[in-house]
Amino acid sequence: MNDVWLMLVVGFCLLSAVGYVAYLFVQKRRIHKIASMLLWAGFISQTILLISQCMDRGNLPVHNLRETLFLCAWSVAGVFLFFQIKFRLMVLGAFVAPLTTGILIAASMLPGESVATDPTLKNIWLIPHVVSIFLGNASFAVAFGLAVIYLIQERQIKGKKPGFFYRRLPSLTRLDSMGYVSIAIGFSMLTIGMVTGAIYAQLVWGRYWSWDPKEVWSLITWLIYATLLHERLAVGWQGRRAAIMAIIGFAALLFTFFGVNFLLEGHHESFTRL
Amino acid sequence: MSRDQRIMHILLIGLNHKSAPVEIRECLAFSPEDVGGVLPNVTGMPDIKEAMLISTCNRVEFLVVTENASGSAQEIKSFLADFRNTPLHEFEKSLYVREDDDAVRHVFRVASSLDSMVLGEPQILGQIKTAHRLSTELETSGVILNRLLHKAFSVAKRVRTETGIADHAVSISYAAVELAKKIFDDLEGKGALLIGAGEMAVLALEHLVKNGVKRIFVANRTFERAVEVAERFKGTPILFKEIGDGLLDVDIVISSTGASSYILTYKDVKPLVRRRRNRPLFFIDIAVPRDIDPDINRANNVYVYDIDDLKGVIDKNIEKRETEATKGDRIVDEGVIQFGKWLEAQEVTPTIVALRNKAESIRKKELAKTLSGTKSISEKERADIDRLTISICNKILHDPTIFLKRPGRWDKRDLYVNATRKLFNLDENGSANENGQD
Repeated sequence: MNDVWLMLVVGFCLLSAVGYVAYLFVQKRRIHKIASMLLWAGFISQTILLISQCMDRGNLPVHNLRETLFLCAWSVAGVFLFFQIKFRLMVLGAFVAPLTTGILIAASMLPGESVATDPTLKNIWLIPHVVSIFLGNASFAVAFGLAVIYLIQERQIKGKKPGFFYRRLPSLTRLDSMGYVSIAIGFSMLTIGMVTGAIYAQLVWGRYWSWDPKEVWSLITWLIYATLLHERLAVGWQGRRAAIMAIIGFAALLFTFFGVNFLLEGHHESFTRL
Repeated sequence: MSRDQRIMHILLIGLNHKSAPVEIRECLAFSPEDVGGVLPNVTGMPDIKEAMLISTCNRVEFLVVTENASGSAQEIKSFLADFRNTPLHEFEKSLYVREDDDAVRHVFRVASSLDSMVLGEPQILGQIKTAHRLSTELETSGVILNRLLHKAFSVAKRVRTETGIADHAVSISYAAVELAKKIFDDLEGKGALLIGAGEMAVLALEHLVKNGVKRIFVANRTFERAVEVAERFKGTPILFKEIGDGLLDVDIVISSTGASSYILTYKDVKPLVRRRRNRPLFFIDIAVPRDIDPDINRANNVYVYDIDDLKGVIDKNIEKRETEATKGDRIVDEGVIQFGKWLEAQEVTPTIVALRNKAESIRKKELAKTLSGTKSISEKERADIDRLTISICNKILHDPTIFLKRPGRWDKRDLYVNATRKLFNLDENGSANENGQD
């Protein structure tokens, strides 16, 4: 049952990705509408799948790489759809939908035997920790996408040779302020995630902070985004510099999220276990 | 003078946004004050009978009537080089030379805005009208150019009313607004600074205001003009030296002064970026020569577009309007043919005049000879005889005149004109005087 359901999710997202990319070329509002509906369908069916898994096991399905990636895809799609309701930013889908689909396909090819037996994972503080971290990361992913689009558009305008993207991409100010919003959301989420994580650590291991590589790298990522936000408010860092900073921040984030698990050791290894 | 060829040639020599980069156009552009000095010089050249000069941001074109097209072209070229103190080889490649029908077609296309950087933009017609007025004031244009220009105006009017070119006439200012929207998204409440209050700049500002731009500052060399324009847009007139501070408050700068060097350089703008808290700043430089140092584009979140850069943005709209342009070209071609006929008829006129002059002089001579010998006829009879001889001459000349004016086949016309002149020996006895050419 789960597998068929999963195929459905992947199918919806894949078609939606095709639609969003096609929209980039053809610029027909109908195509955008269909692509958006498909992504909603994919997101909702994955939500149902996730809820059913949670009900089955009594905690969040993040006990191996496959499950972690599924949750990533779900949060990226969710954050994007939230943004799409709030702001008119049609081309971003051409970045997010293929990303979501890619993560989903990669995840579905991984082995998926999940046996969550560790009693430490049965704690009420774990859920807000995981949810806020994932939503925060998804916001940062969206911010990264916006930063890349910003740099492309800026290049078009600065270079004075408006090409394929010039017409299709939104204005610099819009991209910049949306990037700011997504980083602000991501930063709040990351902060909540780290605080709840610390509380959880206190309850389980008896200390808030244990210089675990994951914790250190989270702090580094947090500091990068904190600098970006501070500079923006203090001296008006925006535009190109902010976009580059958002890209650097996202690279640090990716390392924190995956790199640490693969290269370093720590107490988060279970969620990227194969 | 050989009568079997076109005597008067229409010659156009110049450069435009397609043939020359902005640097060369800047170097060769003429101000209205220059024109007063230049045109009499041009008509002073041998062979050149009439001349006018069109100089806008996008083109510099000499339009002359000459008896020796290739010689005059060479003379105008070297005159340009001398006048601008620039070696000819530096800009000769950018110059185009058009003769006769091609020149006429070019003028019509320019007037109809088919040759504009922004196809269908309305300003060019006014600019040509001004250029023509200048040349009539200087008395350098004559029958042929006046006729040519009036025809150009009527062709332009037809193109505008009968094709859709003017409908989606996107002007420079429109392109600038589009760009501003790609930078600022929404222009609502944005501020603009006008440096130099030329017609084109005011037009661009109008577009911006229509799109929501609110706080407006106007700087101009003559402060009166700044006050006048500022009042029109409910803005604030500022002095030239206040521009630096003005830049802190605005988002868009439109510059169009006649200054010969940059008004703002990278050094002026760079420190402002931080003081502006990195807010984007968009310079639209429609001046030729340029006012804004293109280097400023390097500064963070600052964008500088000059008139050539704007062209790149506009080009995308061209495809849509190409069919309309074809229609426009057809109207232009019709105009060229009509004007060609008129011009050729002009060349018939001297022959007819010479023919009539000859008949009249024979009549007068013979009449005087006859009447001086007879004293018996009365005053009334004298008048009758006089009328009789006039009538005979007219009747005899009527058919040849009609024939020469409409010989049936235009391509044979030169042959008939030539034959007529030989048949009546019009070129030797002085009766075919040069006055006949008008």
